[in-house]
Amino acid sequence: MGVFDPIIELTKGLGETLRSFLMEPTVTVSYPEEKRPVRPRFRGRHVLKRYDNGLEKCIGCSLCAAACPADAIFVEASENTDEKRFSPGERYASTYEINMLRCIYCGFCEDACPTEAIVLGDNYELSFLNRRDAIYSKDMLLEPVSSENMLTPRKVEAGVFTRSVPEMQNPTD
Amino acid sequence: MGVEQKLGNMGVVTTTLEDVVNWSRTNAMWPMLFGLACCAIEMMAAQASSYDMSRFGMELMRASPRQSDLMIVAGRVSKKMGPVLRRLYDQMPEPKWVIAMGDCASCGGVFNNYAIYQGVDEIVPVDVFVAGCPPRPEALIHGVLTLHEKVKADRFIANAADKK
Repeated sequence: MGVFDPIIELTKGLGETLRSFLMEPTVTVSYPEEKRPVRPRFRGRHVLKRYDNGLEKCIGCSLCAAACPADAIFVEASENTDEKRFSPGERYASTYEINMLRCIYCGFCEDACPTEAIVLGDNYELSFLNRRDAIYSKDMLLEPVSSENMLTPRKVEAGVFTRSVPEMQNPTD
Repeated sequence: MGVEQKLGNMGVVTTTLEDVVNWSRTNAMWPMLFGLACCAIEMMAAQASSYDMSRFGMELMRASPRQSDLMIVAGRVSKKMGPVLRRLYDQMPEPKWVIAMGDCASCGGVFNNYAIYQGVDEIVPVDVFVAGCPPRPEALIHGVLTLHEKVKADRFIANAADKK
């Protein structure tokens, strides 16, 4: 074994380092600047959906709160009138709160919902400086509207929106 | 803790000094290895090459609390683990921060029962709560960045002068 053998070995090793540095693609996603898209079935922060006419899909039935294994959801329902209509049917959710720190993003609320009002979206950037901020109220969860005349509550014609659960086209869906 | 007790509030000098100190604190915040449950897997993923927390000067997960600045409580804390967690926190040198990673560390999550602390802020002061079960590595990094914002806004010299 010669004097230069350790130097040769060291050069070989550093050469490999240099080769991988120059030749191999970078795998690091520099997160705050560049975001990796989430998978189609990813479950992130909830969104309360609306119908195409702007009425809220949520009818305040509390089935999501019953299905929630972590008891993260609180729903309080109130009566709809044709002068002040939030959602089709008799009732709407006057209070809808989700504690994002309790929620385990299992998607049971999505499964339980009879009107497909609650959907788990793709926002995962949820960090809070105090626990109070983690409670998302209805106005934070509700999907924004595209135009002014789609806002709820609004005055509607009497006797049009009587069904709270929409009629299904195909019962196997 | 040192300089802030000596100097007092000296206006623009101390504000600039605070900015420099806070900048250096945010860019070399060594986390302590404190994985307790499944969140630890995501914490490892955040350290691994695809997310690489060393971009924020956090490449070293210190096994000793005496060498670390940040405690990432990753996972549920049982009543038996609580005193250990508090002891490790006490052994960390000032200044120190705590991130409650995931639902269980933040408020008990799905484990609403007698054996789990309903949030580690019952035993240690928590700076940032990260939601998710478990949070994605990006979500943890988002929490770290939230903490960086908090540290950068920290006017510790003025606060120490007010206390005096």
